Parts: sequence; structure tokens; C-alpha cells
Amino acid sequence: MNVPDVALPDANQSQPGKTPLRPLDIVSRGWSWLFLLVLLIFFSITGQGFLNIYNFQTIGADMSLVLIMALGQTFVIISGGIDLSTGFVMGMASVAAALVMSGLGSSVPLPVVVLAGAAAGLGIGLIPGLINGVVIARLRVPSFIVTLGMYGIARGAGFILSGGQPVSIQTNGIGQIGNAYLLYLLPDGRVSFFHLPSNLQGVRPSQIIQLLPFPLIFLVVVVLICAWLLWQTRFGRHTYAVGGSEEASRRAGVPVVRHTILIYVLSAFMASLAGVVYTLRFSNGAADVGDPLLLTSIAAVIIGGASLLGGEGTIIGTVIGALIIAIIQNGLIFLGINPFWQFIAVGVVIILAVLVDQTKKRLV
Amino acid sequence: MMADVRPILQVKDLYKHFGGLVAVDHVSLDIHPGEVVGLLGDNGAGKSTLIKMISGAYKPDGGQILLDGAAVSFATPLEARRRGIETIYQDLALCENLDASANIFLGRERMRHQLGIFRVLYRSYMLRESRQVLDQLDIRIPELRNPIRLLSGGQRQAVSIARAVYWDARLMIMDEPTAALGVPEQLKVLELIRTLRNRGVPVILISHNMQDVFAVADRVIVMRRGSKAGEVRISDTNENEVVGLMVGVEYTQVIKQIHDAPEEVHITTHDESEKDIT
Repeated sequence: MNVPDVALPDANQSQPGKTPLRPLDIVSRGWSWLFLLVLLIFFSITGQGFLNIYNFQTIGADMSLVLIMALGQTFVIISGGIDLSTGFVMGMASVAAALVMSGLGSSVPLPVVVLAGAAAGLGIGLIPGLINGVVIARLRVPSFIVTLGMYGIARGAGFILSGGQPVSIQTNGIGQIGNAYLLYLLPDGRVSFFHLPSNLQGVRPSQIIQLLPFPLIFLVVVVLICAWLLWQTRFGRHTYAVGGSEEASRRAGVPVVRHTILIYVLSAFMASLAGVVYTLRFSNGAADVGDPLLLTSIAAVIIGGASLLGGEGTIIGTVIGALIIAIIQNGLIFLGINPFWQFIAVGVVIILAVLVDQTKKRLV
Repeated sequence: MMADVRPILQVKDLYKHFGGLVAVDHVSLDIHPGEVVGLLGDNGAGKSTLIKMISGAYKPDGGQILLDGAAVSFATPLEARRRGIETIYQDLALCENLDASANIFLGRERMRHQLGIFRVLYRSYMLRESRQVLDQLDIRIPELRNPIRLLSGGQRQAVSIARAVYWDARLMIMDEPTAALGVPEQLKVLELIRTLRNRGVPVILISHNMQDVFAVADRVIVMRRGSKAGEVRISDTNENEVVGLMVGVEYTQVIKQIHDAPEEVHITTHDESEKDIT
């Protein structure tokens, strides 16, 4: 055999610039953690009352809607697309859920009302998701265009469905579910799950310790499911693959069309879930409740390290991104700064995030 | 050798035209187990079209493709791949954001059960198998969990080849596998081609690099203007003859003249033009 003994030069020898990449990679990936930590320390020192378990529960509950939307968006962005319709899909779902819940009223037991409303909200949200996915994957129209169209369609449908007015629910108990805590600690040592004990003589409301708000618990469960889906399943692996190279994925036998459709259905489903959670928390539904959250949710994904070019991103990154935004918004309130500065601060962070990402790419 | 008796791939009278242009004109060839066949030809000679028909990217307008003696027809490259015809391209073949093991198992992920009901990626198995096939082929990748993007061109090429080997490719088609590589990596890819041959996997090697072809091929097939201009064993030929087949007999004379008296030809032309100007 005349096989020459030539080894593949490994990265250390052939590209000296590539070796120090690993620590750099860690820094560039960890910068959002670091930034979050800096924000926490900064606001803890400067903002009176910021460092407080109640405040953190509030932050968690308040960011739940944005984060649920952002989780769906994470899949879309990793796959190399974008979904601009999530805001109004969320609104439309909240309207559908509110209509069903107020329509059923007190005629059926509360759990049935809640389930029927949730099913209506989630069900109606599948339609725009399916349309987005089919047009993008089969007809090969860019996702930006298709979902921009769906942005308008869902907006119109939501307003038509609600008659242009917010739909409020009078049924007792709906708002309580969305605002309940898992655990109540009373000053006399009593503990109660799910709702306040009925016998509350001599106890002032401020003495009751309320722990683990429902929206926060729900959020944690949803985050864990999404992380599992993206990291452990074939669905997640194919999401990265399609975002890395659609052509290579197709050649390797990944069902790219079906997968892309599923991703947009998932995104719309998550947006609808946010809509249902909104309805349960605020006892109403309106077509435009999700619109302000759209860009914030995309910002969370980008700050979390996902690339708009596709192929990169993680669930934990998106969680950190959403936390950074929520803490900036919350912390500035504690500092007594005009709330309009929030927009400026979040805007600066978005640009910063992309700058860090680009610097990383250049160094690679 | 008995194995050489039955060809793995037989191409019979393959024909393809684009409008009035005949791209491949009734070409026939056989590929036997464990042989490396160089496919040569000038730009536009029909190499790519021929290969694309074999790999399922184009549908032939006439003729037959037989794999292991049975007639096959592929609607897509994926179908050809499933039948064991593996094409290694320069790019487009790998997901650069995934690691080597994810790429080797892409679309054919190995799953395991979790809690009895969920099916999840069996990462440790896929990593182990990937390491094994890379070791078998003597491919060294220092950090297997790095995304492909961080590997060198040769390492990427090697991962593609390892993937094909792992999934039991019957025939490997390589389109300019060394074009974008540095010299040491070119040698490694050529070594890999020899390894494949030793494992009995035939390789069709398309290359502009005559030295590469002469270094590894057993046989060359030369295409010119859509037809097969010649088919020779490497041991019976030399580079000049092959170039002659590629460019055709009318140019062979010109090349011979230039080759025999390059200086004279050159100087004469030069002088004359100078005189004309002055």
C-alpha cells in the first residue's frame, strides 16, 4: 500500500486563530448572564425595594406573556425565519377565549368554562399558524412577508371577532385563577394552597405571605417543555438543521417542508397560549393586547443569543433575554425614572446584543 | 479478482438534452467494486450532467442506470442516496452549525426512550458511533462536539465521507473534492479515497486536477462534447494522452506544436506584433 501517513492537520496547527476561540466563545455566550447579573446588582443597590421576593415574583409573572411568545419565536428564528404575526394571534386567541368564557358564564362548572375557553383560544390560533407554515414552506414565500400579511389578517379577525371592543368576562373565579398563588403563609403559622383560607379574622392582608404566583409556575413548566423539545427531540435537532442549511437538511432526508409548517404552528400555538393566559389573568380579551409584546419578544430572543440568520439560539438564552428586558423595565420604575426611558434602554440592549454577536462572528 | 466481475453501477446509453443542446450523448460506463474511476473533461463536456443523472438530480431523457444489476430510476437525490449512491459536494452537504455526529446522523437520528413514552435523541450512542467510524477511516477531529463551522475544509470533507461510509454507501461520487483544500488536506482526502477503495466502495472522482486523478484513480473516463471520448487504465496512459482525449484531436496538434517549440512560436508572434506597431 502506498498510503502516505498524512494526518489531517487539526485546528491547532492549521488555523492558529481558532484555538483561543473556546474561552472567547464562553465569554460571548455568557455575556448575557453577566449583563443580567450587573443589572441585578445595580438595581439592588440603587432601587429601594427592588431586591425583594415579591418584586421578583412580580417580574416573573409580568414577563410570562412576553416569554411564552418569545419561546415560540425562538424555534422560528433558529430555523432561519421570523414570525411577525404572534402579537395579533395572541390578541385573537384572547378574544376567542374571552368570548367563550363569558358566553358560557355560570351555566357550567368553572373548570369547564376555563377549559372550553382555553380550547377555543388555542384552537383558533392554529389556523394562522398553519397558513403561515404552508405558504412559507410549500409556496416558498419569505417568512417576513407571509407573517407580515398574517399580522394584518389576525389583527382584523381579532377586531371583527370582538366587535372592536374588549371582551370582558363577568364570570366569578376566572380572574382568581390567573392571579392566584400556589402557597399562602399566614402569620399564625397556617399554610394554605391555591387559595386564601376563609377564616381570616385579625389578619391584615399585608401580613399574608403569598408565594409562587400561578403564571410564574405555568411559565416555568412551559419553559422546561420548550427546552426539552429543542434540546432532546428530533424536532429540536431538525430545527437547528433547517436553520443551519435548508439544502443540506433536505439532502440528508430531513422533512423540511413538514418541519417548517410545524414550527409556525408551534409559534402560533405559543402566541395563543399567551393570549389564554392573558384572558385568565385579566378577565378579558382584546384584539390588540399582544401587539406591544411582539417586538419585545423578538428582542428577548435576539438578546438571548439567537441569530436572525438561523441555526443559533437556545431556550435558556431567550429566558435570560426576557429577564434582562423585564428587569430593566421593572428596575427603572424603582429608580423613579420616566417610563419612556425603558424603550430607549431596551433598544440600546438590542443593538448591543447584535454587536456582541457580530464581534464574535468576526473573531471566529 | 472475482469481485470485479459484476459491476456495482452500470450506465447504458444515457442521454440528456436541454432544448437543442445535447448535454450527454449516449454514454455508457461500468463501475466495479473497489475501483476509483476518474471522470475528466473540459468545462461543458457533460461530466456534471452525467453525474447528476446518476445521483438523481436530473432525470435522463434516455438510457438506463443499473445498480447491482437492477434498473433504477431516481426521482430525487434523496432516493439515490437511500439506494446507496452518495454524492460528496464541496458545500451544501453539511449543516455548519451542527457538530460532526449530528451531521453524520442528520435525518437518520438514533432515538432512545425516556420515561417509557418519549422518544429523545440518543446522543451518547451517536457520538460513540461517529467516533468509531471516524477512527476507522483514520480521520482525526480534535473536538467532536464543535460545530462543523470550526473545522477545516479537509475535516468537513472527511465528515461527509465518514457519513457516507457509516450508512453503507454502495458508490461514492466526489465532485472536485480537493479544489478548496490546502496541500496536506488534499493528500488526506486522496488517502481517504484509497481507504474507500480498500473497503470495496467504488469512487467516481471528478476533478480538474490531473495529478490527483493520476495519484488515486485506476481508470479514467474522458468526456468531450457530451460523448465519451475515451476510457483508459491509468497504468496504460499518461497525462498528455488524457489531455489529448479531453481537448480533441484538432487541438492536440496545436498543443504538440507549442509543446515542441514553445519559445519559437512565442517569440515570432511577439516580434511581428512589435514591428507592426513601430
